[in-house]
Amino acid sequence: MLKIAKERLNELYAKISESMGLFIPIKKGGEVNYHVWGEGKEVSLETLKTVKSPKNMFFPQTENMMKFKTEGKNIEILEAGIRKQGDELKPFVAFGVKACDYKAIEVLDKVFLAEPVDTFYQARRNATTIVTLACSKPEESCFCGVFGIDATNPQGDVSTWLDEKYLYWQANTEKGETLTSLASELFEKGGETEVEAQKTSTKAVLAQLPFANLDLSRFKPENLNELFDDTRWEEMSEACLGCGTCTFVCPTCQCFDIRDFKTNDGVIRYRCWDSCMYSDFTLMAHGNSRTTQMQRFRQRFMHKLVYYPSQNDGLYSCVGCGRCVNKCPQNLNIVKVIKTLGGKKND
Amino acid sequence: MKDVELKMLERAKALLESGEVARVIGWKKGEFIYDPAPASFETVDELKDFVYNWFCGANLSKYLIQASKKEGKTAVFLKPCDTYSFNQLVKEHRVKRENIHVIAVECLGKFDVAKIKAQGVSSIVDVEVQNKEVKVKSFGGETVLNKPEILLTKCETCQKTHQVKDEEIILHDRPERDVNRFAEVEKLEAMTPDERFAFWREQLQKCIRCNACRNVCPACSCVKCVFDNPASGIAAKANDDKFEEQLFHIIRAFHVAGRCTDCGECSRVCPQNIPLHLLNRKFIKDIDGLYGEYQAGETDEGKTPLTSYTENDIEPTDAVNGEAK
Ligand code: SF4
Ligand code: SF4
Ligand code: SF4
Ligand code: SF4
Repeated sequence: MLKIAKERLNELYAKISESMGLFIPIKKGGEVNYHVWGEGKEVSLETLKTVKSPKNMFFPQTENMMKFKTEGKNIEILEAGIRKQGDELKPFVAFGVKACDYKAIEVLDKVFLAEPVDTFYQARRNATTIVTLACSKPEESCFCGVFGIDATNPQGDVSTWLDEKYLYWQANTEKGETLTSLASELFEKGGETEVEAQKTSTKAVLAQLPFANLDLSRFKPENLNELFDDTRWEEMSEACLGCGTCTFVCPTCQCFDIRDFKTNDGVIRYRCWDSCMYSDFTLMAHGNSRTTQMQRFRQRFMHKLVYYPSQNDGLYSCVGCGRCVNKCPQNLNIVKVIKTLGGKKND
Repeated sequence: MKDVELKMLERAKALLESGEVARVIGWKKGEFIYDPAPASFETVDELKDFVYNWFCGANLSKYLIQASKKEGKTAVFLKPCDTYSFNQLVKEHRVKRENIHVIAVECLGKFDVAKIKAQGVSSIVDVEVQNKEVKVKSFGGETVLNKPEILLTKCETCQKTHQVKDEEIILHDRPERDVNRFAEVEKLEAMTPDERFAFWREQLQKCIRCNACRNVCPACSCVKCVFDNPASGIAAKANDDKFEEQLFHIIRAFHVAGRCTDCGECSRVCPQNIPLHLLNRKFIKDIDGLYGEYQAGETDEGKTPLTSYTENDIEPTDAVNGEAK
């Protein structure tokens, strides 16, 4: 294990930035989100939850897919593939990714990297080196443990731990080793004891969290119909604004829409995040498949807890990051759903 | 606060039991003290989850658009600020007044849990308020916080009083306050255009186009928002820096100008804490300056400055030349 003094972190960031893009939690306009590092930026590794999740790095909220012109029956393709080629495919580092958000990338991989592969996503995934950061101050909205995630021991190309003095650094993969070698002169050896101590104390906190023991036992494919027909969806969803905040802050929500935008010289085909909470989600020629907010609300949580796991060997597509718990304007969230429908232990 | 909650519960029970109303709209307990959710209660039994506390900041008025179309009367608990939204919705024929029974409830300000957490207090179990002191009990022990520092932004400058009441539950007087709700707007006005542009760019850049601000807004009550219409050529959900920074929020602010009651919900719900209320307050301040003081939602009838014409109206050119100051 290696370590680097906190006050030298800026040197590390600068070194990495010489040859790669560096996305890291940065405070801008009062809120912390992943942004590209630059000299003078206010990095905040201490922030437990960025507002937007790191999924943005691989699956941007809006991206252009192609540009074309039509004349009669002829289509002329002006641009296709990832926008600003080269630029965006420059290898980059995602720095400070928490264990829940890292697990969320696995959830996304199963969607975007399965056949047919989403080449936009794949290109960005291949270009990334992920540096994870263990949590040392989890808070009451966190429930990653329920999904078998160990917040104190995140994986990734490099795993790191932060305390008052040092960032501890352990490369796990070849990509991780390469990254380490970029700045080897900044590291010193050591930190095993400190890291072990931190893991033990954080684990004690994690075990005490109010949502540490949520019961997911009823969320199984064989209960699909029963859960779908549960009458309590009405009351659970009645205050829902259909705003989609929960989907847009969620690290695993993966739906997008593809649309055309007419410009003076051609049509831009772009995709953008979509939300099952929206009235125009999966709009078809005949109209909409889900006509009430209750149905939309049910879709979101059934997808996380039943549909996705039934297609992915039981892997839930919620990672317990708690963002929807903190950000729903009307205080509705997946925990309330799990407690209502999950299983006996929740009572 | 407990005494107020008990009185409310008592009234809710009585109204449901007597059959005077078919449902009561209020707040339902959450997992913590600070996450109550708006809810409607149709039976006395359901009221076991009823709650009214320092975290009931949500404005319930907009839910009445749907509720007032249902069979039977709906009783609703409205805080002072919520009653302005209610009036505005009645005025715009969105809520059927005759189907609603308004119970005006006491409000001494509501808390923002994020602000409490930002002061380093988490796992909040209870709060006890004495004048300006708030004792926050958490797993970590007890912390005393300064009330004005943990109020929701919308409550910081609120001087609103109940405009509608079929009955009221007010047990404690609200201390008189003298605050200037335009102070922040004045700061923005004092900036150079470049500074102001930079301020808004930095703020609006954070927008994730979740549309929570629009969906919660009682003035945004269009059955189908233009941004939700796929045929309009624009998409509400497409997040494009330039659009958010320069257009979406400005268009929305224009659309609610003269109808925005300054309920502050837009800023409360924004996941990125964009101070959207400052845009609306600028409009309110300008309307006050150009047409004389006007507060949307003070009544549920009458003419409004932006939708009626008088010969003394300011000329548009004078207005843009800054006569509004
Ligand atoms: S659950 Fe909450 S955040 Fe999600 S759409 Fe409904 S109101 Fe918005
Ligand atoms: S559903 Fe909520 S808690 Fe689960 S991963 Fe998404 S935002 Fe996080
Ligand atoms: S609530 Fe905030 S983030 Fe969401 S659309 Fe409105 S301004 Fe943007
Ligand atoms: S614009 Fe904001 S302050 Fe004005 S009525 Fe709508 S939610 Fe309330």
